[in-house]
Amino acid sequence: MLLRAENLGKHFGGVSALQGVDLAFAQGAVHAVIGPNGAGKTTLLNLLSGVYRPDTGAIFLEARNLAGSAPHQFAAAGIGRTFQNLQVFFNMSALENVMTGRWRLERAGLAATLARAPSLARAERACRAAAERLLEEVGLARWADARADSLPYGALKRLEIARALAAEPCLLLLDEPAAGLNPSETREIDELIRRIAARGTTVVLVEHNMKLVMGVAGHVVVLDYGRKLADGEPRAVSQDPRVIEAYLGSEACST
Amino acid sequence: MLTQYILSGITTGAIYALVALGFALIYNASHVINFAQGEFVMIGGMASAAFFDAGLPLPAAIVCSIGAATLVGLLLEKLAVEPAREASVVTLIIITIGASILLRGLATLVWDKKIHRVPAFSGEAPLQLGGATLLPQVLWVLGVSAAAVALLAWFFRRTLTGKAILAVSHNRMAARLMGISVRRVLAVSFALSAALGALAGVLIAPIAFTSWDVGVMLGLKGFAAAILGGLGSGAGAVLGGLALGLAEALGAGYLSSAYKDVFAFLIIIAALVFLPHGLLGRRAAERV
Amino acid sequence: MDCSAAARLNGSRKPLLLLAALVAALPLALPNNYTYEIAILVGLNAIACVGLNLLIGYAGQISLGHAGFFGLGAYGSAILAARYGWPALASMPAAVVGVGVLAWAIGRPILRLKGHALAMATLGFGIIVAIVLATEDRLTGGPDGMAVPPLAAFVSGEKAWYWIVAAALIAAVALAQNLIDSPRGRALRALHGSEVAAAALGIDAPRHKLSVFVISALFAAAAGALSAHYAGFITPGKASFLHSIELVTMVVFGGMASTLGAVAGAAVLTTLPHLLTVFKDYEMVLLGAVMMLTMIFMPRGLVPTLEGVLAAARGKPR
Repeated sequence: MLLRAENLGKHFGGVSALQGVDLAFAQGAVHAVIGPNGAGKTTLLNLLSGVYRPDTGAIFLEARNLAGSAPHQFAAAGIGRTFQNLQVFFNMSALENVMTGRWRLERAGLAATLARAPSLARAERACRAAAERLLEEVGLARWADARADSLPYGALKRLEIARALAAEPCLLLLDEPAAGLNPSETREIDELIRRIAARGTTVVLVEHNMKLVMGVAGHVVVLDYGRKLADGEPRAVSQDPRVIEAYLGSEACST
Repeated sequence: MLTQYILSGITTGAIYALVALGFALIYNASHVINFAQGEFVMIGGMASAAFFDAGLPLPAAIVCSIGAATLVGLLLEKLAVEPAREASVVTLIIITIGASILLRGLATLVWDKKIHRVPAFSGEAPLQLGGATLLPQVLWVLGVSAAAVALLAWFFRRTLTGKAILAVSHNRMAARLMGISVRRVLAVSFALSAALGALAGVLIAPIAFTSWDVGVMLGLKGFAAAILGGLGSGAGAVLGGLALGLAEALGAGYLSSAYKDVFAFLIIIAALVFLPHGLLGRRAAERV
Repeated sequence: MDCSAAARLNGSRKPLLLLAALVAALPLALPNNYTYEIAILVGLNAIACVGLNLLIGYAGQISLGHAGFFGLGAYGSAILAARYGWPALASMPAAVVGVGVLAWAIGRPILRLKGHALAMATLGFGIIVAIVLATEDRLTGGPDGMAVPPLAAFVSGEKAWYWIVAAALIAAVALAQNLIDSPRGRALRALHGSEVAAAALGIDAPRHKLSVFVISALFAAAAGALSAHYAGFITPGKASFLHSIELVTMVVFGGMASTLGAVAGAAVLTTLPHLLTVFKDYEMVLLGAVMMLTMIFMPRGLVPTLEGVLAAARGKPR
């Protein structure tokens, strides 16, 4: 198991967003987290990337418990993510966005930076090359020098993925990567996720688009009202009566 | 002694509260920090002194000076803020700072650099209240400020214009879609802020005198009070103003009058470090 | 908008070379000591502004109290030299380092604040420094200020100081550009763009905000220390809120996220009041009007607007 969460819980004021959730994500697979609106999916991703601190429970990446660490420490450990509400660096070009993604692998000390050490120039050239390759891979090569705020929405979703991949994460959390995309753009995301998984990166996908989820994920977790409802293979989960009830209401079950 | 300090504290606090309300109003309507707010206070005091010296009876001088400041507020909105609507927050701050410098320059040309006196509203003979001595003007400051705050609260809750201003402060686009003229709301907010500032200037001038640069520190303290209370909250502005005034008076009384401002600002910084959104500020959660 | 032109300009040594050429050639255009004095004042303000620009323009933070660091650098060096007999070449670095340590200490709690709260906290800091400097008169000479020993016996006169300040400015711009053109520079801009996304990439936001805050304080303190020994005199007004606002205005006016912009802003807004003294009574009115008009019609600042005009003239699509 690459990532394990035990008894994860988070509440805001009186509202319990997540309660007693146990999860296990195996390495090298594509996992999906689904559930109705308000089920706690984004809260879960925020907990798994350190944006929120859990009120109860532990988060084990391999053997290490990351719960309580700062978000940049989650990232340093190899967890990358994209955001439901785009958090692209609009004050930079697309290429610079992806180059920033390589921070975890190529940071330089303050002294070397201020002195403009030659090793830094070499590292920057390598960083630029790697970023260009990633932009190529997600199909954004022609936007490389364009300012991020001039890109269309679909391109921005892919830019965020490229930026997250630049850090070469072992675990990639994607928060609704297909939200707001048309069918052909969604197909591109589908292929991109498959390519990422084929390279060995573990993917955890939060999505509403059932067709995408059932097609690309090998393991599905269903959340409802902050609790885990079901956990298993897509087919089994989609036929689970509790899942059907949560999504379609009890009327659908009784027919 | 304590009563004296508290009285002095809530008097200056009331003035800070009025200035802070002006900041809060304009911020709510436009997300701009109007660094020229202090100059409305200055205009209130200086204009009333000038009108009075020119022969107008005091009540008329007061009304005219508040009117003059309101006009300046409208001009500021029309000429400086509206053309720069799309600019960044920092740019708008620089514009209002430029406006404050301009207004101070105009004050030295229209009037002068001297300190001016305005007579107290109802006489100078000090009163005795439970061991403390106070000037009758203090009662005016407290009474009129309280009335102004109450009137504002009624205005926001009961009148259509007031509710329109609140709507714009919550969600500008939605307000526009409901047929609210954002331009009108902005104009009213600036006019109201200017009137509040001028009122503060008129109230305090008999006690603290007035001059061309009296707005700088008052504007700063009003801003500090607004932030302390939680920027955007009217009740917070009043609370922040009173708290600041009290902290200053108690610091001056019990510690050192030279360091009273240091004491006040240290308290504000400490308060912000522990309550980053101010005493009554809304905790806005960023959705990711 | 095409970023590559701006990127190429910022990413190369062009700003530095341009500045060096300008600084070397300028004395040919300065007719008398008074103009040298203005040039020196421009240079000193520019050093402080280049540092402040890193904080405001690149990292997206705000400081309305930076003159406090300027004043502390000035008084620190002045007090060590005048009251404790330290040679200026020792008192200046010591004062600058001392201010750096102070900036580190106060930066840690207050940089957790954002937006207006941070503006208020830095504002309060600046005012506190100005008041303390004016009140502790046994040490600082009070509101009337104190005399400052010269830099060294052989250093005197506008011309010598011009080259000293010029060298310091070029060093400051070089350091700032080195920071900006690096991964750390991108990390700072990332913090400005989206702090949560930057953290998700492993960027330790508090640490980087603190380091750029300290660096900008060091620049301001260095400018202050130099100005104290240049003028031979220092007053608490150098730490005032007005001076803090002047510095921010110079940065915004020149164009944020542009090192040359910070220098240009310092140049224009330092020179302007001197040009306006001929108008004496109208000085404030004109200054205020200029500030308002330039910000209304050039909201992105002088240098970015000029860059835009040049790009349009060359026929590049915008």
